[in-house]
Amino acid sequence: MKQKLMGLNGDEAAAYATKQVDPDVVAAYPITPQTIIVERFSEYVADGQVHSEFVAVESEHSALSSCIGAAAAGARAYTATAANGLALMWEMTYIASGVRLPIVMSVVNRALSAPLNIHNDHSDSMGARDSGWIQIYCENSQEVYDAHVEAWRIAEHEDVLLPVMICFDGYTISHTMENVMTLPDEDVKGFVGKRGFIKVQGHLGEAELRLDPGCPISMGPVDLQDFYFEHKVHQMEAMDEALKVIPTVDKEYGALSGRNYSHVHPYRMDDAEVAILGLGSAMGTTRAVVDELRGEGVKAGMVKLRTFRPLPAADLMKVAGDAPVLGVIEKDLSFGAVGSPLYEDVRAAFYGAGSKPLVANYVHGLGGRDTSMAMIRGIYEDLLKIKRKGRVDKTMNYVGLRE
Amino acid sequence: MSEKKGWKSLDKGAVAYKSSRDYETGDWGVAQPKFNREKCTKCTLCHFYCPEGAIKVRDDGYMEVDLRYCKGCGVCAEECPVKCIEMVAKR
Repeated sequence: MKQKLMGLNGDEAAAYATKQVDPDVVAAYPITPQTIIVERFSEYVADGQVHSEFVAVESEHSALSSCIGAAAAGARAYTATAANGLALMWEMTYIASGVRLPIVMSVVNRALSAPLNIHNDHSDSMGARDSGWIQIYCENSQEVYDAHVEAWRIAEHEDVLLPVMICFDGYTISHTMENVMTLPDEDVKGFVGKRGFIKVQGHLGEAELRLDPGCPISMGPVDLQDFYFEHKVHQMEAMDEALKVIPTVDKEYGALSGRNYSHVHPYRMDDAEVAILGLGSAMGTTRAVVDELRGEGVKAGMVKLRTFRPLPAADLMKVAGDAPVLGVIEKDLSFGAVGSPLYEDVRAAFYGAGSKPLVANYVHGLGGRDTSMAMIRGIYEDLLKIKRKGRVDKTMNYVGLRE
Repeated sequence: MSEKKGWKSLDKGAVAYKSSRDYETGDWGVAQPKFNREKCTKCTLCHFYCPEGAIKVRDDGYMEVDLRYCKGCGVCAEECPVKCIEMVAKR
């Protein structure tokens, strides 16, 4: 199969893949903090290149509400947002996952106000980490393109039925043009196929899990002390299933595209003595630093986490478990907590494990501050110090902060 | 809902497997309307105002409350133009 090389920034890669998928409904708030994604997509609509119903709504709350209505009616529904836009959707994110709607949403990671900032960090999507959405983090535009094809198959899988956020760094990825290999339209259409529906027991008997006047059901009505708990445990089970389903979709996508993804992407970890673990575009910078350090004889490695929810704890331990010192880098804060979200998850995952690495947390890049190779190198130097001392003196570290 | 399914046998999607008619919200209430048919003019306003649709119009034109769904809110008594409805303690 012939793939086409295109010059696309992350936003355009998301829009282009979504054009090829051609979802039934795209609902989005069209101005700030929106990105180029829906601007491009609205051009596809205007040019008749998609059959999607484009709904330009008055807020992100309405954007996701529209997608919820559309997806409940059986449509493929897509939206995109960023920063405070995601914050305004917050109420609806729980409704989308609670009634098990396989919506796909691009989240261009940008800082939350106040103070006002439009640049990259992960405070937006980390705030939604408990909303029951699958979260996939991308390192570059190619990953953005691929995730926007794969996500539908993950979301709509009958054992999963959960909405998916595809997270990628604002500006660093969203506005930076890169080479992106794209599949032919028919291959994307063939891969995503048609949305299927599971059968459920409604009040009139067996029905498909969608709103159909010919076979009516009630989705997510009042659910008090008697059933709410059970339905929430369903969502936990769905996340466990997603851990198993995502690799099968990755495998099938790899066979189609030649690009192989997994929950975690280790790099030079076999004999690593110090390793950095993190998400998103900073991992590209980290990889370059690992190569430099290896050239100098330092046994450095790194692990890029692609799936954050569900957290692939077993995979993480498999690839990072032998490294004696780990630095978790992330672009978010959990005010008043022991550390930032990824750090806490990694520590919790290792708590019951046989080998427990020394783990330190490095927060960097808040509000879009650049993370340079020198900064990453500084983190590795700190990790080497921890290794020599055999203990972590300071768990929370701020990289690139003026004292 | 007497026999409740556990999470393993419940269907996904928080779909109600019983009709809302089986959810007898009347047991939330502490009061119920008592109609004085001497004063009632059969105007049916209480029937239309009832937020639960629990007041029906009988064949003889008088109103009757379905206690399985009456939450005892008292809107009917408040709106009755001839004040023929009194809210009394639910039995």
